[in-house]
Amino acid sequence: MKIHEFQAKEIFREYGIPVPRGEVAKTPREAKRIASQIGGEKFVVKAQIHAGGRGKGGGVRLASSFQEVEDVAEEIIGMHLVTRQTGPEGKKVKQVLVEEARKIKKELYLGVAIDRSQNSEQIVIMASESGGMEIEEVAAKSPEMIIRLGANPVGSFSGFQGRKIAYGLGLTKPMISKASRIVENLYNFFIEKDASLIEVNPLAITEDNELLALDAKINFDDDALFRHPEIKELRDVDEEDPLEVEAKNTGVSYIRLDGSVGCMVNGAGLAMTTMDLIKLAGGEPANFLDVGGGASAEQIEKAFRILTSDTKVKAILVNIFGGILRCDRVANGIIEAASNMEMKLPMVVRLQGTNVTEGRRVLEESSVKFEVAEGLYEAAQKVVAMVKS
Amino acid sequence: MSILLDRNSRIAIQGITGGEGSFHAREAVKFGSRVVAGVTPGKGGGDLDGILVYNRVIDAVKKEGANATGIYVPAAFAPDAILEAIEAGIKLIVCMTEGIPVLEMVKIKKLLKGSGAHLIGPNCPGITTPGVGKIGFMPNFIHKQGRVGVISRSGTLTYEVINQLTDLGIGQSTSIGIGGDPIAGSTFVDILELFEDDPETNLVVLIGEIGGTAEEEAAEFIKESMKKPVVAFIAGTSAPPGKRMGHAGAIITAGKGTADEKIGVLKKAGVLVESNPAYIGVAVKEVLEKMGLF
Repeated sequence: MKIHEFQAKEIFREYGIPVPRGEVAKTPREAKRIASQIGGEKFVVKAQIHAGGRGKGGGVRLASSFQEVEDVAEEIIGMHLVTRQTGPEGKKVKQVLVEEARKIKKELYLGVAIDRSQNSEQIVIMASESGGMEIEEVAAKSPEMIIRLGANPVGSFSGFQGRKIAYGLGLTKPMISKASRIVENLYNFFIEKDASLIEVNPLAITEDNELLALDAKINFDDDALFRHPEIKELRDVDEEDPLEVEAKNTGVSYIRLDGSVGCMVNGAGLAMTTMDLIKLAGGEPANFLDVGGGASAEQIEKAFRILTSDTKVKAILVNIFGGILRCDRVANGIIEAASNMEMKLPMVVRLQGTNVTEGRRVLEESSVKFEVAEGLYEAAQKVVAMVKS
Repeated sequence: MSILLDRNSRIAIQGITGGEGSFHAREAVKFGSRVVAGVTPGKGGGDLDGILVYNRVIDAVKKEGANATGIYVPAAFAPDAILEAIEAGIKLIVCMTEGIPVLEMVKIKKLLKGSGAHLIGPNCPGITTPGVGKIGFMPNFIHKQGRVGVISRSGTLTYEVINQLTDLGIGQSTSIGIGGDPIAGSTFVDILELFEDDPETNLVVLIGEIGGTAEEEAAEFIKESMKKPVVAFIAGTSAPPGKRMGHAGAIITAGKGTADEKIGVLKKAGVLVESNPAYIGVAVKEVLEKMGLF
């Protein structure tokens, strides 16, 4: 789960990680009020959306007076901000973070993530003197600029780990202990709240030698939200695709894509493979959809409803491997769901597994119009042909 | 003859009194698996079709000689169940549970090291050795005893592939689903190593998917340390970056973990990568024919 920058910064404050003074505003007026409360002359107004690259898209602007803060906020709030992560349609900005703009000497990078690679499989703290840039870019161009430190939640954080990062960043005396503490606090937060990624980019050194988290990105482990209700509350469903949200609520795993062949499959690996097959057959998948291992009539109907509310879908491919669940039951579920909702889109159904012959017979004898396919590839070819005709 | 699950395996089922646990315990028995005990804290003293239920894993070990376990308990309790099995000295732990927090797996992996135990999963379909037994969800009818090893990160896609093999008359030594989570108890490399050393496995089928670096590490291992042929398929060629494809582990981040990248390194390691998932069985058959084994 992703959260907004302003939410991440509130958490940082709580955990003793210094951030610029600021507050979130939903209206230009509010933005101006916040600026006047902060005082001073230089401000930064930042669009709050769940996507990176906001600056390049015009979502981060400087302002030199309270009035300018209001004017800039007026322009940003309500705009459809397009960044490399939003897709061409962009994301509508509902709120801005208004902050003091501080004079910066240097920008560092600090991140905490899970290292999945074999023989590591632990938490990794990453730091670099090349802050402000994409860390992937730094990793590709000059990997020696990144300090990596493994840590494991079995056992607590030790002072040397913070110092390893702080000295590694080339910091000097007054800042060593500050930086060490920031690293330790970030790590503790990561463990306590089941984060899956934290990025502070940049972590700035100000002209008066303070360390300040100018940006903050936090992702949480969805599987751990059950034990952090306070984190779950930070979810902003407006940032997510409404169809994907609906699917999540009904226990179906759905990701919308750009193609015209809707697919419904049981199991994530097979669902992904079905998308690949559609592409191999010359079509474009409209979605990833995993109805779950059970694939009950109810789940199938919900899945059909989600599929058909995407207007780009021109035909549907149902691919179910009946294991514990018998194919004849799945077939009846499909027929029930399709007739309940008066399904009009052409459809190819491919069943495999337990009682497959019976399942195919049930489908062929039903009044609902299906194309029944036996082979995996044959199914994909048939549905692609439907879309193209 | 097989890896991990063999004729000496005596299986306990943790969570045997739950809906999933009891259903799959019975399916396993039908398949011929030697299920010797159930474990559910608070339900000790009961039984499931004559299989005695204990409160603690250690009791199943001491009284029934359990040396393998299948875990079917909810995500909030599964890490504890895994740790209990490790502590009781169980050497094969198979956890089907979906939705275990990643940090719990980070801790478990650390504690697994040096314990001598193999953990399969979590969030996996389990392990099947045809002719011997199974722990997990894999449907009974798809398997056939033979000499091809199967490893996969997915569930139904694995059944699909095993089914393709069986339809062509190609049997399996052992089939293992290592699970779709970011951190898995056993990696491809762990299992490949066992297959390479198993005198009764002739060839290995590896079903990978986007995300992480498990396939890249497998390629490295295959290149350096394997003599047996490997046939592979990688799911997710059409998956866009930044979107989690169902499995927590199946996500392309920062341009890393793409299907193309994985296919490339596997091919370089001498692996036959089949691009059409409908023809994985056929690809295996062709390799076996060339080896004079079909």
